[in-house]
Amino acid sequence: MKLSSSFDISWRFLRVWQRNLIVYRRIWKVNFLPPLFEPLFYLLAFGMGLSTMIGTIHYAGVDISYLTFITPAILAINIMYNAFFETTYASFVRMYYQKTFDAMMATPLSLGEVITAEIIWGATKSLFATVIMLAVLSGFGLIHYPDGLLIIPLAFLGGVAFGSVGMLFTGIVPSIDVFNLPIFLFITPMFLFSGTFFPVENLPDWAQHLALALPLTHLVRLTRHLCLGLVGVDLLLEAAYLLVFCLIFYPLALISMHRRLIQ
Amino acid sequence: MQYVIQAQSVTKVFNGFTAVNEISFKLIAGECLGLLGPNGAGKTSTIRMTYGFSPMSSGRLSVFGLDIRTHWREIKGRLGVCQQENSLDPDLTVQQNLEVFGRYFNIPAGATREKARKLLEFIALDHRRDAQVSELSGGMMRRLVLARALINDPELVILDEPTTGLDPQSRHQVWEKLENLRSEGLSILLTTHYMEEAARLCDRLIIMDHGEILVEGKPAELIIEHAGRNVVEIAQPTDELREFIRSRDLTHDDLGRRILIYGDENDQLFDIIRERFCKENCSLRGSTLEDVFLRLTGRQLRE
Ligand SMILES: Nc1ncnc2c1ncn2[C@@H]1O[C@H](COP(=O)(O)OP(=O)(O)OP(=O)(O)O)[C@@H](O)[C@H]1O
Ligand SMILES: [Mg+2]
Repeated sequence: MKLSSSFDISWRFLRVWQRNLIVYRRIWKVNFLPPLFEPLFYLLAFGMGLSTMIGTIHYAGVDISYLTFITPAILAINIMYNAFFETTYASFVRMYYQKTFDAMMATPLSLGEVITAEIIWGATKSLFATVIMLAVLSGFGLIHYPDGLLIIPLAFLGGVAFGSVGMLFTGIVPSIDVFNLPIFLFITPMFLFSGTFFPVENLPDWAQHLALALPLTHLVRLTRHLCLGLVGVDLLLEAAYLLVFCLIFYPLALISMHRRLIQ
Repeated sequence: MQYVIQAQSVTKVFNGFTAVNEISFKLIAGECLGLLGPNGAGKTSTIRMTYGFSPMSSGRLSVFGLDIRTHWREIKGRLGVCQQENSLDPDLTVQQNLEVFGRYFNIPAGATREKARKLLEFIALDHRRDAQVSELSGGMMRRLVLARALINDPELVILDEPTTGLDPQSRHQVWEKLENLRSEGLSILLTTHYMEEAARLCDRLIIMDHGEILVEGKPAELIIEHAGRNVVEIAQPTDELREFIRSRDLTHDDLGRRILIYGDENDQLFDIIRERFCKENCSLRGSTLEDVFLRLTGRQLRE
């Protein structure tokens, strides 16, 4: 009994997901611009600015241009950002300022359904952004097909992983400003040290081990191998890591939101 | 008798603080039951347990004859709630607020659209269907919240201060809508700080304070029982008057600068007092629910 109705989750959660989709479509132009232009900014900065200084990088037994090296990282980072910012700032605003969750709780929805929908929505945003970015990056011949298409479902899996962590923080932070803390301690280090802009192997041993614990490291490896068309069985292990990460953090997110909202 | 709500010894404790203390009450099908009480009395806490938002600490609560602990989903599907805080969706238009909300009840899209159209007419907001919620006035928002609570054709609506913060015009409009609904047989559980509203809309009232029920009854009966039929109000009372009150053992409240004496219709009290103790500073009026409320819950400020 103590577990309570919060953890009773049915397909009805899709109704809340639809609500977010309706809002997203209303301002779709604003939502489409960042994934359209962000990769171009990165390509400009790194492709023209940095790569002339760096030349080629030896990765997984092949020599690739620096641009080819960081393109998958841009995709992975974008997957992380879309889901994480959706379930932190955006969900917090809906929960705390707009009382949207309170209103939903007066309908046959359970809290678990509302939270699940928010996380799945964050993953959906990651997926949408990834599709747009893939289209842009393909124009520069930076994605290897058909393997690259697997990045689309991967964006969803990664989105659920980062969305769940974000939601866990939303259940904990006392106010919206406090999100700075997980961003500073968790998101920024991942952005820099997960094999994004230089290979993890360049780090000292202890830092390599740390990096291996971070979900973005695994997501970057996956996107990179898929972009390069280097598909092997070992990728399943990377995906399994993300799956286990979801299986741990999704329930934690539910518990933290239950403790926060059900009083 | 068919009961829509049956609450038995319902208690709510927030980390050691008892907000609702073993209260029991019933709501009969088709009636409007009012929950009155000062700030912090426990009205919202009670209501939240009733619609399954907040779990009870102990007690039993059934709605439509179903246990809220086990049948919460079915119960919530059959009732409508108007929460104390505005929870309209600012990311959606007026019409979308109703339609999207209807979808949470799994009502088919076509049916919600039709229902939303009717409700917007009912609350006279059809001309603002495409407006953003933030563009509405407070009164319009409150009406929209009411309409939203009706999207699933509920058998019971639970309204937490539906008219707080509204101007008299808007308040009267909301009252009319609620009277319409009641005449159609809808059961209503309502909280309010407006005694006039309670007296006008409610068949029965519960006055609570500090998480406990003080009295329960029909508005007219409560008034007669606790504040008589008439009140003589005297400003700047003299000591002779106080002596007179004591000698006659009159029911009264002494507020220092003012004394209220509660009496019956035929006791000629007013004439005697005006004759003997004051010329201009006293007045006679009918007793109201507000008198009852203040007598029972005291005149001190809360929190
Ligand atoms: N989530 C909570 N945590 C701790 N205390 C709470 C919580 N919610 C309510 N309380 C306390 O419970 C008591 C009753 O609150 P409640 O909101 O039920 O009062 P109310 O009768 O609705 O008052 P008002 O007329 O101001 O709306 C108050 O003392 C309040 O501070
Ligand atoms: Mg209240």
